[in-house]
Amino acid sequence: MPLTADKMSDSALRMANISLTFADGTQALENLNLNIQSGEFVSIVGPSGCGKSTLLRLASGLLAQTQGLCDVDRTSLGYVFQDPTLLPWRTVRRNVELNAELAGMDKPSRQKAADTAIDLVNLTGYEDKYPKQLSGGMKMRCSLARALVLQPNLFLFDEPFAALDEITREHLNDELLHLFQNQHFASLFITHSIQEAVFLSTRVLVMSARPGRIIAEHAVDFPYPRHPDIRYQSDFAEICGKISADLKVAHS
Amino acid sequence: MSRIRRPSLRFSTLLPMATFASFIALWYLYATFNYDNPVQRRNALPYPHEIVTDGFMPVTDKVNGLRPILGYMWPTVKVTILGLSIAILLGIALAVLMNLSRSVERALFPYAVVLQTVPILAITPLLTQLFGEELGVRLVVTVLIAIFPVITNTLFGLQSTDQMHHDLFTLNHVSRRTRLWRLELPSALPSLMTGIRIASGSAVIGSVVADFFFVKGEKGIGYYIRTRQQKSIERPEMFAGTITASIFGVLMFLLVGWVTTRAIRDWHDKD
Repeated sequence: MPLTADKMSDSALRMANISLTFADGTQALENLNLNIQSGEFVSIVGPSGCGKSTLLRLASGLLAQTQGLCDVDRTSLGYVFQDPTLLPWRTVRRNVELNAELAGMDKPSRQKAADTAIDLVNLTGYEDKYPKQLSGGMKMRCSLARALVLQPNLFLFDEPFAALDEITREHLNDELLHLFQNQHFASLFITHSIQEAVFLSTRVLVMSARPGRIIAEHAVDFPYPRHPDIRYQSDFAEICGKISADLKVAHS
Repeated sequence: MSRIRRPSLRFSTLLPMATFASFIALWYLYATFNYDNPVQRRNALPYPHEIVTDGFMPVTDKVNGLRPILGYMWPTVKVTILGLSIAILLGIALAVLMNLSRSVERALFPYAVVLQTVPILAITPLLTQLFGEELGVRLVVTVLIAIFPVITNTLFGLQSTDQMHHDLFTLNHVSRRTRLWRLELPSALPSLMTGIRIASGSAVIGSVVADFFFVKGEKGIGYYIRTRQQKSIERPEMFAGTITASIFGVLMFLLVGWVTTRAIRDWHDKD
């Protein structure tokens, strides 16, 4: 019995036989199984419209499944949206404080937590700027800091860097990996980019076209910390190639 | 963000001044050629300079000229500012209420539109019966005229809150109240400010027009204008009063515009 209990507590997110049918009859997810252990960084790639984002909304509780079981601690969840979703009337610091503030944390503690998070994402010096004064990459950093403040066990990333240029994106990939190693959270990362998925993850899952389910799984064994240049190694390219082949199947 | 070249200062003051000069010139021409008898003309359409000499001057006399006009302006200013304040608070409250539930919106919004379309002056007898003929009814008329843009703009702002921001707040398990105060109301601020700007102009009209129909209590510039309408010899005074009221309307619009822009300019990205 202690063994199973340990197994349960080690699991950051467990989805079993999840199906989701929308009110209009569209079947978004079908019999989907997913298990993320703490300390794992799992990415999902898949064709557009396959229900990747739906999966995140379901994991976070923004949506409810029609069938199946979703086991996750929703009190300790970091959600990073496609857009930075910063509140334009708040400064960087007040934006980063938001989740802590809404969770009822007192002012001195949340200011301290915000300063730490701002430091982690390298936004120190921009605390008093408003979002309209920030670049796209800085906005995303601020959004990351906001999610970091409560030190969640599980991060859900919904294509957070899709709108950024490639250089900024690779830069943020490096920083995210750095955070992952230091903060020890589990991640579920949605992306369109195979390279990004492989670079970041311990495991990459391939999702099928609608109705979405997991059709392939690739372990990525590069040790952390990962140097940005591993992207140009042949074994890196090899994994990317395999995933790409699976994606072609997924599209059909 | 596209940057439009700012017209030069000379350009931006010269053009309106040219318009003004042409308007005054047309006035002189029309007044000169339309009336044969100079006395008749003065009592119907005085020349602009006559409005200054016979309407605004003398400046410090107790009975004639600018001083009584300003004396009558003061109650109008009070009614305008008080009425506008009530319209803003009540308008926001109603918009928040409509935003809370679809059924409240369905039940109330059509009447907000009716407020805008009903000719308020046609129902003055009813208003007199309900609110008397003093400050109360003047405020009611001002609020009735000014509240519609506040309601619609606030409601539009509240309902345009970003869906992803809503998701963010849902993920934080917030109460309805927190959502309203921390998310929806700040989101609505830019359009609320637009509503207030429009309402400020309407409020002036409301408070001036109310004086035409309600004659008890402290009388404002509307009363001055109306009584000077009755004697044709006082036509310059009538124009002077009307011009003063209009200048007040413009000042009000500029002041409210300045305040509302300042309130959000730090963070609001107008595009």
